[in-house]
Amino acid sequence: MEMVDRPYRDAFLQWSKDKEKVVVLTADLTNSCEVGEWRDTYSKDNRYFSMGMAEQNMMSFAGGLAREGFFPYIHTFAVFIYRRPYDQLAMSIAYPNLPVRMMGFLPGITTPGGVTHQAIDDLAIMRATPNMTIISLAEATETETFLDAVQAVKGPVYVRLVRGSIPRLFDVSERFEFNRARVLSAGDDVTIFSESICTEEVMRTSEVLKAKGVNVRHLHISTIKPFTDPQIVEAIRDSKTGVITVENHLVDGGLGTAVSEIMSQHGMPKKLVKLGLQDTYAHGASKNYLMKHVGIDGMSIVGAVEKMIGRTLSIEESMLKEARIEPVFSASKAEAL
Amino acid sequence: MRQSYTIEESQNIADRIRLRVFDHVLKNNGGYLSQACSSAEIFSALYTQIMNLNESAAPMVPEPFVSVPTPDYYRNGADYNGKRTPDSDLFIFSPSHYGLVLYSTLIETGRMSPEGLEQFNTDGSTVELIAAEHSPGCETTTGSLAQGISQAAGMALGRRLKHESGGVWVFMTDGEFAEGQVWEAVMTMANYKMDSMAVIVDVNGQQCDGVMKDVMDQLDLKVKLEAFGALAVEVNGNDLEAIVEASRTERNGKPLFILCKTDPMYKVPVMKERFPKIHTIKFTSGAEEKDMYTRSFEAMKKEVK
Repeated sequence: MEMVDRPYRDAFLQWSKDKEKVVVLTADLTNSCEVGEWRDTYSKDNRYFSMGMAEQNMMSFAGGLAREGFFPYIHTFAVFIYRRPYDQLAMSIAYPNLPVRMMGFLPGITTPGGVTHQAIDDLAIMRATPNMTIISLAEATETETFLDAVQAVKGPVYVRLVRGSIPRLFDVSERFEFNRARVLSAGDDVTIFSESICTEEVMRTSEVLKAKGVNVRHLHISTIKPFTDPQIVEAIRDSKTGVITVENHLVDGGLGTAVSEIMSQHGMPKKLVKLGLQDTYAHGASKNYLMKHVGIDGMSIVGAVEKMIGRTLSIEESMLKEARIEPVFSASKAEAL
Repeated sequence: MRQSYTIEESQNIADRIRLRVFDHVLKNNGGYLSQACSSAEIFSALYTQIMNLNESAAPMVPEPFVSVPTPDYYRNGADYNGKRTPDSDLFIFSPSHYGLVLYSTLIETGRMSPEGLEQFNTDGSTVELIAAEHSPGCETTTGSLAQGISQAAGMALGRRLKHESGGVWVFMTDGEFAEGQVWEAVMTMANYKMDSMAVIVDVNGQQCDGVMKDVMDQLDLKVKLEAFGALAVEVNGNDLEAIVEASRTERNGKPLFILCKTDPMYKVPVMKERFPKIHTIKFTSGAEEKDMYTRSFEAMKKEVK
């Protein structure tokens, strides 16, 4: 599996080069959010503004800049976007539907920084914010190609981003598509939806499950709101057993809730197992430890599938580790070919 | 661009703003009266002497409410302050519970019809009790206090980047300075030397729960603002000419704060009977109290030109 070093840093630097109205605001976490080089490159053009550790002012200030025709790209840790200055986000940005782009780093349990740094409730809060668009990324190809889609949105956009070295799971030719689920494996025994870092875990798992005769329909979700791709309804309807959601977030208000709403709206009474943080906070530890601890690792997914199909499959953790992950074409495209 | 008024004419307008609010409060058995008492001179000074505004580009009678902002609909009430040009000033109205005073100012300066006020706080109207950005005279939504100054700072920076010469005027109250966000904004305005911004503050010493120093003593705002790197001047906020003079203070790279010390019972001495409960007035204690205010109103009416 290819690991790509800081794809966001390079993608944003290049993408924004000739976009004079794209400006960056940070709150003392510039290098920490991969825009240090951006600052060094574009400060001379009056496009970078250090706002200090003062997020309430930064959010309202960004609203003011957007009213004057600029596109402020806020970069800070996700928790300091939606949690600390929420009233400013809602009243100065979301209510007037202004094109402020909020780049939130350290989503879910991707940081050892503990409870203060882990954005585990951002999807719930942002889904309940009118006019908001939500994107969740943790993969290199999507991280390299999502910015045009963000810029095309008239109102505010919140993006949860993973920094540092991240895996390439999707072929480089398969760019990010707005409000489009990515079908990563075909099957009708059980349907699994995943977002963020959980997608890689499901990919490992579904390979092993296939060898055991269980065919998983796996949909990777990177646009959380809107959530209207018809492939979602089809995948739920086609499942012979039920649906599993896996998210780097609380099970309340995020991907699992969005899927459950689709199921009830469309009258599709099936079992739903939501993997994610179960009405709890996390603590500071490694990503691998925390994924296991909160139940979003491969073995937790295997357990949920076993429950769903009603039999045990004798899968060992070592089998998941050995599963080869190569950049894939989405199943829908493979079929089209 | 701007219609020119003598100081005397501006004072008459201030008196009429106060009288119109008083009339409205009597007719509605209550409302925000003390805000008009303290700030009528400030609003008149801003609209007739200080700000460079174009003629209103909005209907004299506000159109009905259609929708809050969505991807398909947007309405902004700033067109009552005139069409935006690179040299016109922006007005950011921060404490939006002063809505009644702002609407009355628009009427007395010929920007809105008196009929517009009949819609005040009625269902389906944008002439709302606590104004939002669709309300006449409003550029932004600021009912959550202290967000106005930060939004204004963002707009001032945007105007600087676009090389626009127009300034940004913010109206605030002293109570708002309890919010930490104000100090984040002042820090930022000083850091970026935002001298195209001026904040005019109604220092009436009052807040919802009563007298500010009993709720949370903010001590000396001038000293605090100067310590944050801003320029602060104090004036008698019921002296219109003094406010106008203060607005011309040389800024030298610093944002300007005009601290207008005002009397929240100015020209309505009958309010002293209920002090410090003057944030809103409700005539609930029977006809006697209302008669007292009616007599005070009639007396004021005789004085107003």
